[in-house]
Amino acid sequence: MVLLTLMALVVIGVVRLRNLFAVVILSSAYSFLMASVLIVLDAVDVAMTEAAVGAGVSTVLMLAALYLTKVEEAAPRHTPLLPMFVAVVIGAALVYGSVDMPNFGDAFTPVNTHVGSGYLVRSIPETGVDNVVSSVLASYRGYDTLGETVVVFTAGIGVLLLLRRNKRSRSKD
Amino acid sequence: MRVDVVLRVVTKLLLPFILLFGLYVQFHGEIGPGGGFQAGVIVGACIILYAIMFGLDRAMRVLSVTAVEKMISLGVLLYLGTGFAGMVMGGEFLNYSVLQHDPVHGQHLGITLIELGVLVTVAGTMVAIFYAFAGRGR
Repeated sequence: MVLLTLMALVVIGVVRLRNLFAVVILSSAYSFLMASVLIVLDAVDVAMTEAAVGAGVSTVLMLAALYLTKVEEAAPRHTPLLPMFVAVVIGAALVYGSVDMPNFGDAFTPVNTHVGSGYLVRSIPETGVDNVVSSVLASYRGYDTLGETVVVFTAGIGVLLLLRRNKRSRSKD
Repeated sequence: MRVDVVLRVVTKLLLPFILLFGLYVQFHGEIGPGGGFQAGVIVGACIILYAIMFGLDRAMRVLSVTAVEKMISLGVLLYLGTGFAGMVMGGEFLNYSVLQHDPVHGQHLGITLIELGVLVTVAGTMVAIFYAFAGRGR
């Protein structure tokens, strides 16, 4: 609860501030709080990723991008009414949807009764891997992880194609 | 690049531990939390930290741009190669049980290999994106 309140405060700060440097640092703090929330929820794998990517690497990339532009955000030219309306409607829809969510840790949800429990029983005799998260990711859902790796690969190639200056243009300038 | 001496010394002290922690997350991922993606991100962050503190040129001497770009595709190839190795040994694509005589050992080997592939791709991508961004400012 404390963490969620802090996260809400950080978001208000991000929205109100015009100094982009402060915004980048605040969003890094937001990621760090998010990682703490994930640890509270016992999702250590995700928390590690969030702390390293969200709070670490993406902050550095944002700062590098900031280095190339101006630090102050330009004043908005439109009234914020329409975006605010859209945000409120979507937020209300999400809250409405969350009413139907099962209780946290409920043993009788489809997630825990369908394949999930099967993996928990089969993982150690079949793969000898104690961490079921790893065995599901790497073995039972190997195709999905392959797809995920290819997504990372594609993202890297895409950024390199856009940003990398090849040798010919470098010799020109 | 002149940075505060305290930051420099602390970074130098921390770097080996960050790298070691990344490898721990990688190879201990079967028992504790973690795995290829997490380890890749930690290793990538370690190199990025080095580049921030000691300058891009010195970081590129440790891990050149071409090496990083090769890492991106090498990881995917390692993953796919493990998958095809399963096919060659008589199983399905990405079936690790056939990689060794004992299916459980085969699973171990397969999972270790593909996690290594994920690590190489993720770390390579992180550092490559950082190099591309940081190289533009100069």
